[in-house]
Amino acid sequence: MNEPTTPIAPTMPRIDGSPLLEIQDLHVSFAGRSGLFGRKKDSVVARAVDGVDLTVGRGEILALAGESGCGKTTLARSIMGFTTPDKGQIVFDGEPLGKKLKAYRRRVQMVQQDPTGSLNPRQTVYDAVAEGLRIHKVPGDEEELVAQALSRAGLRPPDRFFLRFPHELSGGQRQRVVIAGALALEPRLIVADEPVSNLDASIRGQILKLLLKLRAEDGISVIIVTHDLGLAWTVADRVAVMYLGRIVEIGPTRTVLTDPMHPYTRALLDVVPEAGGRRSDLLKGEPPDPTRIPDGCRFNPRCPALADGTAAARGVDQSCLGIEPLLESKGADSEHLAACHLTQVTKRPLG
Amino acid sequence: MSVLEVRDLEIDYATSVGPVPAVRGVSFDIEEGEVLGLAGESGCGKSTIGLGLLRLLPRGAQTRGRIVLGGHDILAMSPNDLGAVRWTEGSIIFQGAQHALDPVIRVGDQIVEALATHKIADGKEADSRAASLLERVGLPPRRASDFPHEFSGGQKQRVMIAMALACEPKLVIADEPTTALDVMVQAQVLALLAELQRDMGLSMLFITHDLSVLAEVSDRVAVMYAGRIVEAGPAAQVFTDPRHPYTQALAGSFPTIGDESDLQTPVGLDGDPPDPRELPTGCTFHPRCAQAQARCKETDPPPVAFAPDRVATCVLLEPETASVARTTP
Repeated sequence: MNEPTTPIAPTMPRIDGSPLLEIQDLHVSFAGRSGLFGRKKDSVVARAVDGVDLTVGRGEILALAGESGCGKTTLARSIMGFTTPDKGQIVFDGEPLGKKLKAYRRRVQMVQQDPTGSLNPRQTVYDAVAEGLRIHKVPGDEEELVAQALSRAGLRPPDRFFLRFPHELSGGQRQRVVIAGALALEPRLIVADEPVSNLDASIRGQILKLLLKLRAEDGISVIIVTHDLGLAWTVADRVAVMYLGRIVEIGPTRTVLTDPMHPYTRALLDVVPEAGGRRSDLLKGEPPDPTRIPDGCRFNPRCPALADGTAAARGVDQSCLGIEPLLESKGADSEHLAACHLTQVTKRPLG
Repeated sequence: MSVLEVRDLEIDYATSVGPVPAVRGVSFDIEEGEVLGLAGESGCGKSTIGLGLLRLLPRGAQTRGRIVLGGHDILAMSPNDLGAVRWTEGSIIFQGAQHALDPVIRVGDQIVEALATHKIADGKEADSRAASLLERVGLPPRRASDFPHEFSGGQKQRVMIAMALACEPKLVIADEPTTALDVMVQAQVLALLAELQRDMGLSMLFITHDLSVLAEVSDRVAVMYAGRIVEAGPAAQVFTDPRHPYTQALAGSFPTIGDESDLQTPVGLDGDPPDPRELPTGCTFHPRCAQAQARCKETDPPPVAFAPDRVATCVLLEPETASVARTTP
């Protein structure tokens, strides 16, 4: 990564960009059920994650963006080891996921969207943070470890929070408690699923700053699952855009969000509300259905470039309908990839 | 003439520790065909105002001040008269459309019921009105015979919008109408509301926490903090040139993609919104304000009209008023 904009990067010993997490050709599907009370297993299968390759570097913050139903949460859950993939593998720190799952789960921690739901209302802040330490039988002085974790999460002085209950805290403080619970286990990777979407706008910045600080000071890698590209702009090093179970575009935040290659990324950027800005062409229809993934490019039923004839003019419309595009880079910028026949044809001179 | 006139509105909720102020002296007008955006974070009182305008608050809530909607003095009305005003003078679109529709009644019948209750139409005529309303919000008329569970979240919100428009109200109150929806669907519903507003010349009160949405859909914006309006003015100006420190922080927390100063630099306020049971003294924002001065702890600043059509409650703006006053003879 030769981005000069990451102000914190050079001083960090543990951020060398070498891969921490490698996902190879991951497939996760769910069998549908029908009949009264869903007792019959039927042939409908939802391919929630449908062939994902993804690498997260040490100390990297990656935003995973897309609409609901695009598979971003399923991908996050598979990274946590909560769902068993049908195919493909996840390699963490050089070791394939599967065997030492408990040790792995200490190194990879999840922060969920709703802090109120993640905390037990009858458990004190102290117990909430200490729970993980007890489960993983972490050696050391428990009280000191809890205090350290709370203070790293920005709850200071920590002992003032020990005996508080979740209902006595604000939404932002609750999310800090959840993060403290994760930090107590000294994770290398935090998977944060919409970590601020339940928080008020003015509070969001505090939590995002905290994630940036943890990366800067401890070299923790973060995957932020979000539908909000504006949020990705303010924290992420790289952005991966998912559509119907696949990554359709990935690259450095600045390039992907200011010079997108995939028509879907462009459509997502078009719906970010901005002062005075009028929306151009909105994508029609509802979020797509993972039980019915179209042939060819999976975006083709909603693709504006196919609908307005741009794809036909470039002679790729038949490919769009029949051949699944691969993630490929355009030109020299090898870090910026998109899965679109149109961008792949435009990178070659017309002749 | 204003469609809605609100003066010195104060609303308290009854709690076990006595009345707690949710709205503390709010005044505003909505002109015909105008969209006023009401912004603020959870607990600032914006939804309380939306409900209070049609007297839909829970029992025990105390409302004082004056609300005049389409010439009716809402706070002085009897419950019977009030029933006639709801839907016809003012209607409301809620955030959770999913829960506002009756799950066992076909959506067409729910619209017909509203039309019949208010004696606008019945029988065949009501059926055809319901069908054309559905068409108006972008749903095929045949879907009138479907049940709510057969619709997606965005479609249900469209049905809610059709119902809100059924009795041709003078004012539509939209309380976070797109918050529970997915990004793309949210944009579609916003585009629909904007189109209906333009075509039908609707007056709207648009309530949301999302300042960037308001900048797009509303003519004027009022920003609330701890039960008061702290800044008001034309939407684009308030968003691009906010003057109250709270509005500045709020606007800053909606980044602009492509703006290099926002890249990997999240902006936010420290601290939390105040507890309405224990409001800070003086200016309620002073504990979180980076520019607070000693006097902010003591005096709650009055609204300052620092430029034409712009108002904010902050002592920092006071000297500027003087200069505005000097330049305008």
